[in-house]
Amino acid sequence: MKHDFIDRYSKLESPVHDRDARAKTIALFAIVIICVTTPPTAWFAFCIYAAMVVIIAAASHVPYRYLFSRALVVVPFILMVALFMPFMHAKGPATHWGWLTVSQSGLLVLWNVTAKSLISVSCLILLTSTTPFSDLMRGFERLHVPSFFTTVSSFMYRYVFVIVDEAERMKRAGDSRNYNGRWLWHAKVIGHMVASLFLRSQERAEHVYNAMCARGFDGTYPSWKDRRMAAADYTFMVMIVGTVLAGRLAAIWI
Amino acid sequence: MDIIPIMSDVAIRIDDLSYAYPDGHRALTSVNLVVKKGESLGLLGPNGAGKSTLALHLNGILTGSGRIEIMGLEVCKKNLREIRNKVGLVFQDPDDQLFSPTVREDVAFGPRNQGLSPEQVDHAVSRALAWVRMEDFEDRSSFHLSFGEKKRLSVATVLSMDPEILVLDEPVSNMDPRGRREFIELIKILDATKIVVTHDLAMAREICDRAVVMDNGEIVADGNPALVFEDIELLEAHGLR
Repeated sequence: MKHDFIDRYSKLESPVHDRDARAKTIALFAIVIICVTTPPTAWFAFCIYAAMVVIIAAASHVPYRYLFSRALVVVPFILMVALFMPFMHAKGPATHWGWLTVSQSGLLVLWNVTAKSLISVSCLILLTSTTPFSDLMRGFERLHVPSFFTTVSSFMYRYVFVIVDEAERMKRAGDSRNYNGRWLWHAKVIGHMVASLFLRSQERAEHVYNAMCARGFDGTYPSWKDRRMAAADYTFMVMIVGTVLAGRLAAIWI
Repeated sequence: MDIIPIMSDVAIRIDDLSYAYPDGHRALTSVNLVVKKGESLGLLGPNGAGKSTLALHLNGILTGSGRIEIMGLEVCKKNLREIRNKVGLVFQDPDDQLFSPTVREDVAFGPRNQGLSPEQVDHAVSRALAWVRMEDFEDRSSFHLSFGEKKRLSVATVLSMDPEILVLDEPVSNMDPRGRREFIELIKILDATKIVVTHDLAMAREICDRAVVMDNGEIVADGNPALVFEDIELLEAHGLR
């Protein structure tokens, strides 16, 4: 069984894919941080950020459609947090349509949350879809992210496929015996499947640990030799961070 | 009566090894075994006979009561590092063995734990991959390989450590005939001391020059494969026929 839901576009060839993982991590996280610290009324700055995301996406050949559909995962959270704000902020100027009252400050909160989360999530999607996962983890290590985090993430990446496969096999085994998991009394069976998936994962973890020990693992993950950041990597980083930062500062002065 | 070979000739010496799993299930009962250097030993027996449990003792992943020596070194906490450099263990399920994001990282895992320099690691990796004829796979992700490729790669992850003893747990189970054939040829040309855990008599006949039959945690027969495999009664009594 083949899965590509994580790494689908990370092996394309483009000027963005070619950059060192560190350069991309720093540049895109910089956009996120600068973006979330921008006052919501700095419209000009948000235009710059959005334009930057669009330019990087265009240069990376990652389809906009994919980027947009992945970015939509934040919508439920926006809905939960912010959708009711315009109707609840009673203070300050407001517009009345019959019984409905829309407050300006509430609208601003909605805009603020929506714009910032969409831009931030798009940046992270761009980062992960232009960098193969192993490169990304190595880049993180180089940036002194704790190795516990990178090791756990690497294992998750490696074994999520195995677990999905196992779940799929279990489902097929159930389906072949006319099990469709549609009715309430099926809940028990699904519970058993989840439990057995958990047990299998734990057993797997034990086996993998044995296999690692058998090859001399002593708790520390050996690190890789360095790839040097090239001039192009620095240029990429400085250009993005510079432009975004300029937009942010300009917005304050305007 | 067995003639006990002189010290320098012995790769593995197991004295009175017993082991019970934490749940109380007895897996090994006073196992005694001496394996000479360069020998290819087939460890045969039905499912649940204790073969894999014995294999896990050879590099100290499990520790039972009794004494095990590898190349004259006692298997104990102090010697584990050296022992694991000498004993390469290939697990039955390649998904257990291959845990890194890319093929190269998997093969480099052992050598890097051995503390080799980056150049030596690179050398060990390309040599091991060439051995199993997977040179072009370096940057592939281990998960997206076929089962046969994963099996070959599992062997490479251990060969890269240059082990003196190679322990293969069910090496050809679930493989298609061509994969099986290629794999057997591959194992035959390796000149390490080999322990092959299996219930596949045909393969054991090809690879091994000595057959040890286990059942119920005990060794029940030990000798020339040609003779052991002729003993229909023995094979039937221990689920191998």
